[in-house]
Order: sequence, then C-alpha cells, then structure tokens
Amino acid sequence: MAALVRFCNRALQQNAVCRQILPLSATHWYSNEAGSMAHTLNVKQRIENTRQKALLGGGQRRIEAQHKKGKLTARERLNVLLDEGSFVEYDMFLEHDCADFGMEKEKYPGDSVVTGRGRINGRTVFIFSQDFTVFGGSLSGAHAKKVCKIMDQAILVGAPVIGLNDSGGARIQEGVESLAGYADIFQRNVMASGVVPQISLIMGPCAGGAVYSPALTDFTFMVKNTSYLFITGPDVVKSVTNEDVTQEELGGAKTHTTTSGVAHKAFEDDIDALLQLRDFFNFLPLSNEDASPVRRCDDPWDREVPGLDTVVPLETTAAYDIKDVVLGIVDNNEFFEIMPDYARNIVVGFARMDGRTVGVVGNQPKVAAGCLDINSSVKGARFVRFCDAFNIPIITFVDVPGFLPGTSQEYGGIIRHGAKLLYAFAEATVPKITVITRKAYGGAYDVMSSKHLRGDVNYAWPTAEVAVMGAKGAVSIIFRGSSNQGEQEAEYVEKFANPFPAAVRGFVDDIIEPRTTRMRINQDLVMLACKKQSNPWKKHANIPL
Amino acid sequence: MAASCRLLRSSAYFPLPSATLCHSQKVFGACQVRCLTTTKVLFKDIYWNDRAEANESKFDKVLIANRGEIACRVIQTCRRLGIKTVAVHSDVDSLALHKRMADEAVCIGKAPTSESYLRMDRILQAVKDTGAQAVHPGYGFLSENTTFAAKLKEMGVEFIGPNSESIQAMGDKIESKRIAKKAAVNMIPGYDGVVEDMDHCVKLAKEIGYPVMIKASAGGGGKGMRVAYDEEEARTAFRLCTEEAKSSFGDDRMLIEKFVDNPRHIEVQVLCDRHGNALWLNERECSIQRRNQKVIEEAPSVYLDPGLRKEMGDQAVALAKAVGYDSAGTVEFLVDGKKNFYFLEMNTRLQVEHPITECITGIDIVHQMLRVAKGHTLLHHQSDIPVDGWSFECRVYAEDPFKNFGMPSIGRLSKYIEPAHIPNVRCDSGIQEGSEISIYYDAMICKLVSYGPDRESARETMITALDSYVIKGVTHNIPMLRDIMTEPRFVKGDITTNYLPEVFPDGFKGKQMSEVEMEQLVALACAIHETEQQNSTDFLNQNRLPVVKDAKSQWKMNVEVAGNATYPAMVVKDNNVFEVRVGENTYTVAGDLAFTSPLLDLVVNGQRRLLQFVEKGFGNYYKLRLFGTVFSLRVMDDFAAQLQQFMPEKKEVDLSTVILAPMPGMLKTVVVSVGDQVAEGQEVCVLEAMKMQNSLVAAKVSKVKKVNFKAGDTVNEGDAIVEFE
Repeated sequence: MAALVRFCNRALQQNAVCRQILPLSATHWYSNEAGSMAHTLNVKQRIENTRQKALLGGGQRRIEAQHKKGKLTARERLNVLLDEGSFVEYDMFLEHDCADFGMEKEKYPGDSVVTGRGRINGRTVFIFSQDFTVFGGSLSGAHAKKVCKIMDQAILVGAPVIGLNDSGGARIQEGVESLAGYADIFQRNVMASGVVPQISLIMGPCAGGAVYSPALTDFTFMVKNTSYLFITGPDVVKSVTNEDVTQEELGGAKTHTTTSGVAHKAFEDDIDALLQLRDFFNFLPLSNEDASPVRRCDDPWDREVPGLDTVVPLETTAAYDIKDVVLGIVDNNEFFEIMPDYARNIVVGFARMDGRTVGVVGNQPKVAAGCLDINSSVKGARFVRFCDAFNIPIITFVDVPGFLPGTSQEYGGIIRHGAKLLYAFAEATVPKITVITRKAYGGAYDVMSSKHLRGDVNYAWPTAEVAVMGAKGAVSIIFRGSSNQGEQEAEYVEKFANPFPAAVRGFVDDIIEPRTTRMRINQDLVMLACKKQSNPWKKHANIPL
Repeated sequence: MAASCRLLRSSAYFPLPSATLCHSQKVFGACQVRCLTTTKVLFKDIYWNDRAEANESKFDKVLIANRGEIACRVIQTCRRLGIKTVAVHSDVDSLALHKRMADEAVCIGKAPTSESYLRMDRILQAVKDTGAQAVHPGYGFLSENTTFAAKLKEMGVEFIGPNSESIQAMGDKIESKRIAKKAAVNMIPGYDGVVEDMDHCVKLAKEIGYPVMIKASAGGGGKGMRVAYDEEEARTAFRLCTEEAKSSFGDDRMLIEKFVDNPRHIEVQVLCDRHGNALWLNERECSIQRRNQKVIEEAPSVYLDPGLRKEMGDQAVALAKAVGYDSAGTVEFLVDGKKNFYFLEMNTRLQVEHPITECITGIDIVHQMLRVAKGHTLLHHQSDIPVDGWSFECRVYAEDPFKNFGMPSIGRLSKYIEPAHIPNVRCDSGIQEGSEISIYYDAMICKLVSYGPDRESARETMITALDSYVIKGVTHNIPMLRDIMTEPRFVKGDITTNYLPEVFPDGFKGKQMSEVEMEQLVALACAIHETEQQNSTDFLNQNRLPVVKDAKSQWKMNVEVAGNATYPAMVVKDNNVFEVRVGENTYTVAGDLAFTSPLLDLVVNGQRRLLQFVEKGFGNYYKLRLFGTVFSLRVMDDFAAQLQQFMPEKKEVDLSTVILAPMPGMLKTVVVSVGDQVAEGQEVCVLEAMKMQNSLVAAKVSKVKKVNFKAGDTVNEGDAIVEFE
C-alpha cells in the first residue's frame, strides 16, 4: 500500500491548511468549554480527522477491491491526470443528508465524489471524479451539489470541465432527491455546452439516467474492459426483451466506439486513459472566448512534404490512406483521431499546424471509397460544430465520390443526417481551409467545406476532379441511348476529370503542388488568424436533428 | 592515398527539379537549407582512376531496360558523359525516380514484371521508337537473356553487356562448368547434368553425399536454390525449387552438387573488352547472406592475401577469356576453411554490389561497359588496378529482420532521408520520400556504401551512416545491419555464409543492450520526455487564465522499456544539459533536443549518440531508435508508475491457434479445409511474396476451424489465413 500512503502524503502537502499538522494522538485537557484552549485544539483535531477520513473514501477494504478490478481510486485518478500538486479540492466536508434506511448512520465526508480544480500542463481545469468506494459512487443530492458547484464556477471563469465517471447510478435511498441531482447536472451540461469544453471519461459503470450527462458533453471516452454505458443493464434487457447479452456486448468500450458511436475513443487502462487525456486536453482552448491554443513548435512551418506528390495513386479507382496525407502535413506527425473506429469513411481529429490547434476532417478513400453516409455525416457534423464553437480552424481534405446510395441509407434518413454535415460546415465561422485531393463529386462536393459554404481558402491538387458525378453515370444521362458511350466517356473525362472546371470559375483558389500543402496552409492560417465573421442574430439555429 | 575523402558529398539521390518545384524553391529558398541530402555529385572524386580517350566516340542515346536503383545508377554515368537516356517503366512506376531522371521515358505495361520489364517485344519497340543506339539491361530482368541480346543485335543496337554466346555459356550452369573445367578452374564435386526428377535427385544426392545443394539451372540471386541434409529435405527442396524456377525463370531444370559447409563467398570482378583484353578488379566478399541472398558485402576480403587474390583473379580471367567474354562480369567462388577455392558460377552482368569495387579501384564500371560496348579498348593494365582502401556495402531492404532474418514488407516511405551528407558514404537508390515499396518488385530500398582508408574506418563510417538513415513507413533491416557491424566476429572478419544462423541461432532479436547501454537509452528517453513536457506547457497565446509552468528542475521518472524492465530515474536539468541518474550511474545528456528532424545528434557522457525519434504516441509512449533497433518506451512520473501495478495485464493473441500472414503476398495454395486434422509442422498453405514461396506450417496438432482465404487471394501482413480450434 505504499502507493496509497504516498498519495496521501501528496494530498496533504498540497493542502495549505494541512501543513500545520497536529499530532494525531488525542490530548486530554481538563476543560472542554467553548472558548477554551482545549476546544480550539479539539476542533483542529476534528478537522484533521475528518480530512484523513475523506482521503480514504470508502475505506481500505474497498480501495483494495477497486484495485483488484484493475481500477484506480477517484483520488489516484485525479493525481495522475493533473499536474503534480495542482489539485485544489472543494467540499471535502460535504455530506449527504438522507435519514432513511439507516443512511444517517453511514456518512462519509465528501460523499461519493471528489471535486475541485487543478491544472493540466499549467492550464486550469475543473474536475469531478466519482468515488466508487463510497456507496458505489452512487449519485446523491450532495454528490450532485458538489458537481454543480464546480460546473458553475467553470462556466463563470471559462475553463473546461472533466468528469471521471465511475458510478453505480442513482442513490436509491434518496429517491427523487437523486433524480433532481441528475437533472441539475444535465441543465448545467447544457448551459456549459459551447461555452467551455466538457469531457467525460467513463472509468467504470455508468447506467440509467446517468448516461445522459456524458452524452451531453463534447467528448466521451471509455476505458477498455472496465467501463460500461447503458440505459438498462443486461438483467433488465433479459426480462423485457428476453435478449441474452453481456455487459461488455451491451455497453462496453468496443460497442460504443465501433457500433453505436456513443463514445469517441477507448483507452487500454486507467493510466493510459488519463495520460492520453492530458495530451488531448492540450489541443483544446479553455473556453469559447479563447483562441485556439498555439504551442511552441519545432517542426518547420514551411517544410516540404515530397511524399505527398505520390500519395494519390495514379489509377483514380485505387484507394489510399487519407491519414498519410494528414500525418504528412501536420506538426510532428501528431494527430489525435476522434472516433477512429466508427464510420471510418470519414476521418476527424485534432492536430497542430505551426503549433496552433486545428480540426482535421477528411474523407477516407480506404473505407467505402470515402463516401458520405448517415454515420459519417453525423460524426463529421458533430466534430465541425465543436471546432466552430471553440474557435478551432478546420482543415478539410476532400476525396468524396458522393453520398452512399441504397434503401438502408434512404430509410435511415440520409437526407436528414447528411444535412447535418452540410449545416455544420455552412454555419461555421472559424477559418476554413479545404484541399481537394481527388474526387469531389455531386452534392458531397458542396457539403465538404466548399467555396460556396464560405470556405476561406480552397485548394485543388493536380489530381482533383470536381464534377457532378463520375464519367460513366454522367454520360449515360447526357447521351441517353447513344451507342458510342466509350468515346463520350472519354470526352467527359477530358473535360471534367481535372481541377480546371472548378479553377476557371474560382471555386478553388489555386491548384497547388501537394508537397507545398503544409506551407500553404500555414501561411493561410496566419492570414486567417484575425478572421471575423458572424451569423445573423438568432435565439439559436435549428439544425436538422 | 589518392582519395581518402573522395566520396565527400556524393549521392545517388538526384531529384530533378520539376517546373513547379523550381517555383516553390524560388519563393521559399530557405527550406532547402534544412535538407539533409545533398544534390551535388562529384563523380570525378569517386572515379579518380577511370580512364577514357579524350574525344573517343560515344553512344548518343542509351535505353535502360531496368528500374530502381540500377537504372538510376546507369543514368547517372550516362548523364556525366553527355549521353541521352531513355527509361522504360511500368504504369505504377510512372512517378518513379528512374523515369524522372531519364531524358525520355516509355511506359511498357502494367505493374507485374511479366507484363512490363520482362516484355521483350515492348522494350524492343521502345528502342525502335526512341532511336536508342544501345541498351543497358542492369541486373535481373533481361540482363542475362540471350534472345534479348540477339534480337538487339539483329536490330543493329548494342547490348551493353557480354555477347550472347558467353551469356548462354555461363548462364547455363552445366555448360559453364564444362567450360570452367576446361579452363583449369577449381571445381566443386557434383553431377554433370540436369536432374531428371525427384527420385533421380535423391539418388544423385546419395552418391554425392549429403549435404547437397539443389538449384535451378537458370537461377540466380538465391531464387530456386535450397540445401538438403537428408532425403526428405531433398524431396521438398526439389519440389519447391522446381516451382520457384518455373515461375521466376520459366525454366525448371535443376542441378545438384556437393554443398560446401561453412564456406566464404568471394567473387572476382572481371572486365574485358572486344579486343581480347581482360582484367580482374579484385575481389568482393559476400559471405553475409540469408537464404543465399547477400546482405553485406565488402571489398577487399580480409581472408585473401595478395597471392591468393592473384591466383583467383588469374583463374577468373582465364575463364572469361575461355568463354570469349567482352564486358563486365563476376566470377563467384566458394572458399573453404583451408583457403581452397571452388568455382561457383559466373554472372554475366553488372552485379548489385559493384559500387564497392568501384570504391577501391576508382573505376566507373558502368562507364567501362559503355566504352567496351562501343568497341573501345580497355585503357587499364592489371598493374593499374589498386586495392585502395576498404569499402562496405549494406543492402537496405524493406523487410523485417526479426522474422527469418528478413521477410519482405511493403508500404509507403512516409519519411526518408539518406545519410548521403556524411563524407565517404554513397547511397545508390531508386526511391524517394513518398515512394511505394510494392509486392511487384524487389524490396531493396538502397545500397548503402561506405568507404575508408582501412576496414576499421569504413566500418565506423557505415555505423554512422546506418544510425543517420531515416526510413519511416516500411519495416527495414537496418537493425540487423547495424548489429552485424559491431558484432565481434564480423569486426574480426571471421565470417562464413553460415554467419547469420551461427551468430543468431534463435533468429535476430534486435540489438542486445548491455546494462550501461540500456541505462543510456533510459537517460535519453528521460531527456526527450522532459523536453516534450516543457514544450507542452509552452503556450504562446493562452493569456486569459495564467499558464502555470512547472518550476522544478528535478524530476523522478520511470521508464518502461517494452519487453524489458522498468527503470527508475532521477532527472536534473541544468542549462540544457540533462543529468539522469539511473541505478548506480549518472549520465549527462547534452545536445540540441529540438524535434525539427527525426535525427538527434546527442552526446551522452561524452560519447556521441545518434538517436532517432521514430514516433511519439499519445500517453507518453515513445519509439526511439538507438544502435539501429527501435525501442518502445513509456515514460511516466513516479506516481503513475507506482500505480501501474494495479493495471490489468494485456492479453497476447495465442499464435498457435491461428496462422497469420507473415508478410503481404498472394496465396499460392491452401492445402487444408475446415475440419481437417493437422500435425505440428504440417504445411497449411504456401504464400508467394516477392517471388519467394513461403511455406506456412501449423504450430501444434489441431483441427482446422476456419479458412479465411483461398488460393489466389492477396493477403496483408497479419491477416489470419487459417484458424485452428
């Protein structure tokens, strides 16, 4: 238990009050009246004892149980995530006030959540970490109050909120009090949305109504094998629908990162998740009033990338990996991909250009030819809106053959969902730079941050083809019933399968050599740094949900 | 000596400024300064001993019927001589370096070699269309094809290589042995003819005595060649060799001979003209081989004394003369432990490893081939051929050395910087950043050549060059090359063709670090991580809420080396110098820790360490290359490291229940189906990749659960081909 002792020391050191620690052994004084010396010392003793108790959460036995499950405790998590010694705790003494079912006898200082603020790489963040060792991390009125307090302050000063979720659900003993607590948090999630970045890291169970708090935040991350998100657990599922399903299948990290798209990324274990979250946090501005962060950067802004000249294959039907393009262009090949395993036909994520955080959106020709479908449209739209809300420039790489046809897509509402991506790009007022690497066909061309949707700088690579559709389809419509389609196809290809039609109309600003892309984008970002654009006043817009 | 530093700034890297590139350089000239590669090539310094008459006649235009580095190599000499060049290329090579370097280029078909580089008709048509006066075939492909040489002759076009009679005579191993015997060249015992069938093969093997070597008559480059130690192996070898020979050369005639155990492979370069002159340009030792393919070559050989060198040279020249040879060629010998040498074969072409001979003789062999083909007389005498200094060549391949000393890998070179900026280093390559290493062609990335006045300095230069070589995007064999360069037996020159299996009996496992080396790696990782950490807090525009910087200058860290231990370290930073205490020792790390280039030139305790920053993963993961091998590391602060004990262990995939494709390729056959019982070691499928047939076997007795691919399918590395219960 060396780690625990160490951590306690660490927690004590960082708390200014604790620096004057009194000997723990109780000293008996002759008098205990109010105002006496003994009383003052006794109070100090009580404070200290309570503090020690709070640090232990649900107690040593439960801490060990938590460790056995491969999970860290709430406080250990905080200390891994935050800069050493930066955590400032709020409401360590707050307790629940439930008096039913014998709960009045079981109280823990701080109840089932640790809240406060701290720093990640020097920048302020507000944070709550649910403590599974206290009542299974269940949400009481007190728990909710603590969470709401830090959220309120986060909105007030404009700093992000990170939630580390590990909770069995509502505190059933408290009944409606607990439900009210959830709603209070939901309301604040919504108020904070678009004001400060909100991140949820699911590190244990999160079930029932509780799931809607992460769902309202900007990013939901999960830990593989130890975290679950579901509305109702396997037992209820069995009793209602008679389906046999395991926790992992129903709401594990794999399900939510590949099938449902509820979670944005999964990490190997607690430590991996927390350390990666530190890296992720560095990409984000603190609030909607801050500019996209610029970090010191060693990678030359004008670095040529000769490899890009050959990345697009010579056969127009051959696939390539758009991530080769992204990694080649961004600083130090560092790209934090969001939802890497869901709707893989679109790639979204954060990177830096000459130190500045940018959001990258790219069609992925390697998967489903890079077409837009329901899932990829929604994935792209949500990401674009996040970037727009937090002043992060968007760089879009376009190689899109169109929207995916078929009954499953039409029945699923591709029209409605595809409109979301269109809406997001059209609404965005942050700097928008677009590079057409190859195909930009049909309506999908318009959608992908085209000049017509207020793209600030739009480039085409020499391999770009901007057209209404592929040659074969176009020719069969233009020359319906004609016999020499081969020849006409060739004519169409000659006319449209190149960047000229778009360039002569000014729909792309320039045709650039791929190797110069990094340099060009960096120049443009500098120019666009003071871009000011606003949409007409409105209460809020009405995105086709 | 004439040129102890004559390879200064030499480079095979020869980017042609395209129109657009010129434009960008004009505007952003500064970016060139950062470039590690130099584009200026001072040929004269390399070829100080090259000779030609002033104003002698030359070809006006030469077509190079090859691709990759050798095409580039030939084009370079042509350019220097003012000869126009024509490249031929397949469609996937349309942006290849050799195509862009040549004055003219002709596309001759699709990617598979049988539809492009082996299409004689199309190449001949290209010769006609472009009016080339001569064709240089390079090595491989059509270089030893007599029909091709003969057809060129018919057209009145010179074949830059020997006459077709001598190709015929030497290309056929049976014929070549007869001629060699007649010319009094030392021979290996064997059967003087073609093996009829498998039973005949076994019978002959018994007569000669095991071990025997079974090889394709038309073979070369290690393809269609196997050693058998008993009857069963002889049968398998015969079958596989026959198949390989058929698919690679279209000729499945097999030979058999005594296999000389533990020999050295030493070859003699010869150079002849059409006027009866013949020279030997010293030897090359090519003993470091895997599966009969050369990995590292050197010239001269430590094993030869001047007497033996002359004896071998004279025999080589005698053979060349006996066959009427009239170009550059190589006579290969096996040399046993008692310094007996046996004739192996003669390669009637320019060899891959010719640059090391050029380094120690100062002669441009390609130039001499061109001259000879034009009908000129050699201007050197045997006494003009020196052994000047020492030279090594490492074949840098896109392959995974951890698997069977090298299994082909493919991919895109996402980052590629040749170490051509180092004095006395020559890089012969035909690729650039962004090039694709595909399954269609040879997996060689580059021939890395070092030179020095003596073996030791050439070796040192090679080590620096290997450490400085940045290759990302494909798996490559630099870890193994780098390790061999410092291996004691190699350093002494005690090498045989069995070197690799003897030195690495369990296969190559990466650089085996001593404790001090490991601690140095840990110290470097700490310094890098701390620099990264400081960069992470270095925001330039976050001024609404203050950014609080870590005021400490002392950190406790833990470095987890994958597959190794975790090392606690105490890091102190003082004026850009890191002092890292690992275990009992303290290491100072100094130097520029900027991540501008993947190559970091640092000093640890006064010793230079070339460290490559391969990759940084999110969550404090690093991949660093030191001493050639890439190490995966994770740096954590003390607190997180202590909590690591509670993290669940990651499960490894049980490899015995599944057969994964060890490399990308095409499935030749799948011999099992669902429900079949398989024995341990039983062949399950044959994967053809890079023209090699690889037999994949079951790891244990089991039953087939699932077959995911069928014969003819292409598979990627790591694909599960067959699953067992």
